[in-house]
Amino acid sequence: MTQEAAVARQPVRTVRTVQAGLVAAALAVALLAALTVAVSLGAVDIPVGEVWTVLGHRLAGDAPQPGTRDLIVWQLRAPRALLAAVVGAGLGLVGTAVQALVRNPLADPYLLGISSGASLGAVAMIVLGAGVGSALGFGVSAAAFAGALASFALVWALARRGGGFAPMRLVLAGVGIGQFLSGFTSFLVLQVGDDQQTRGVLFWLMGSLGGATWSQLPIPVAAVALGLLVLQARARSLNALLMGDETAAGLGVDVARLRRELFAVTSLLTGVLVAVSGAIGFVGLLVPHVCRLLVGGDHRRLLPLSALAGAVLLVVVDTIARTALSTQEVPIGVVTALIGAPVLLYLLDRRLEHR
Amino acid sequence: MRISVEDLTVTLSGRDVLSGVQLLAADGEIAGLVGPNGSGKSTLLRTVYRHLRPSAGRVLLADRDVRSMTPIEAARHIAALPQERGGDFEFTVREIVAMGRAPYQRAFAGEGATDREVVTAALEQVGLGGHEGRSFAALSGGERQRVLLARAFAQQPDVLVLDEPTNHLDVRHQVELLALLRAQRRTTLISLHDLNAAASLCDRLHVLHEGTVVASGPPREVLTPVLLAKVFGVRAAVVEHPLTGDPLIAFDHRAAVAEGARA
Repeated sequence: MTQEAAVARQPVRTVRTVQAGLVAAALAVALLAALTVAVSLGAVDIPVGEVWTVLGHRLAGDAPQPGTRDLIVWQLRAPRALLAAVVGAGLGLVGTAVQALVRNPLADPYLLGISSGASLGAVAMIVLGAGVGSALGFGVSAAAFAGALASFALVWALARRGGGFAPMRLVLAGVGIGQFLSGFTSFLVLQVGDDQQTRGVLFWLMGSLGGATWSQLPIPVAAVALGLLVLQARARSLNALLMGDETAAGLGVDVARLRRELFAVTSLLTGVLVAVSGAIGFVGLLVPHVCRLLVGGDHRRLLPLSALAGAVLLVVVDTIARTALSTQEVPIGVVTALIGAPVLLYLLDRRLEHR
Repeated sequence: MRISVEDLTVTLSGRDVLSGVQLLAADGEIAGLVGPNGSGKSTLLRTVYRHLRPSAGRVLLADRDVRSMTPIEAARHIAALPQERGGDFEFTVREIVAMGRAPYQRAFAGEGATDREVVTAALEQVGLGGHEGRSFAALSGGERQRVLLARAFAQQPDVLVLDEPTNHLDVRHQVELLALLRAQRRTTLISLHDLNAAASLCDRLHVLHEGTVVASGPPREVLTPVLLAKVFGVRAAVVEHPLTGDPLIAFDHRAAVAEGARA
């Protein structure tokens, strides 16, 4: 044993907690920079210094500076940049949790069918029920969340049969329900009469943070914070779960209960995120995966870092989506797909080579 | 600490995989579980480390029903090494072993000094001191198995439960792993495919056949040609190992399968 061990002995890798601290610090700086740049860039470029002057006035509680700059910075761009950060953080978090839940490092939050339900809810509201909805004080976001809850209930009912949310069962139920609901959504999209509505529907389906307001922020912020807390409390159990259900049970984890909790938390969080931003792909898939390469698989580090990295990524991506074309905005899901798919293929290739 | 199983019945998908099983590993004893594929060895061990729930009967740690404990409490007494070999996630050797401390750690709390000492000691015990930073996924099968055993040691358990720990290991690594277990002298419940390994390692053997225990006792008494023919369906002579004096089972690889043994 010792002979082989001596041959294979390698220098101990940098202590990962230190590494994780550095990555976290770098990401925090990057987030601040990305937010500043996001607020600065747009149809009207506002110098970075100016951005901070406006924000400083607002944050200090002073009277807003007169003029359009305050409007652009404070009313239009700041809430949108922050919403991007929150949604990105949430997607990173959910992605990490779902990958542990189904024990697959390339799983995606939308694998569980929740976003399809949300999309159907939103599209149905746009196409069929705008009148009904506004009469009930029911917006597109609320409809999306209702759709998410409905699909969550369906997948839950299917996946729990046979006792205990086995990964394969959960994925199959999620994919099945997701495809089923997407069929309805496609049918509804075909019923859309005018161009205006089509645009609205498509933007929603491909994800958008357009029209973000300050009032939209509290719910996703609270949901993401709560989600982080709940998941972080279970970080060690998540580690054990990655090794296998039996291993986790042997380490004192109530596996069936943990799966129920994870499924509920990820679904509700996904529902909230999709309700404010539409379905934005690839972030939840790639961010945890890349973070795992950087700081390893321990969820105590992985969860907060995935949230932070997701926030940075989505702020950057949304800025690209807003500014890439001078004539119109690109749906954010288009940008994440164009960036994300090649990265995913690269990672797949890399994994296969390692076998 | 002694562990025993009383009148255990486990039903999976409406079928009794185990029925009325009695067995024992006395304090400090290595008790082996042998039997053909599908005889219920893994099911029995899974029930002991609480992955499965018995439909009747009890698993007793000293005199306490394991089911009366919380999952965390049970994990402080019983450490399991299931057949799962871990996935493709990025963990270092140390991180894997440190998972064994989970039953002692509160949510949000970091690693304490005791945790670090226990993890380091566990790594030393399996001969992997100084390999903390290596990637678990990149280890050889033998090394992986030793890391997982170190994780079980890190739980500081009263009882070790090991499900076919030598599976897929080459002969040298099998011998090493068994030597490691022998040197530990902990109360151990272990299932083994290799009857000769079982005969040499275990103080007591329980033979499972179609979900029930058909023989229990010291290897020398249990492993008879008659039993081997009846339970395993093979013709074999049991002789004395020329080097160790342990019972040595010499299979007749040319024999036709014993009559009636293959149902």
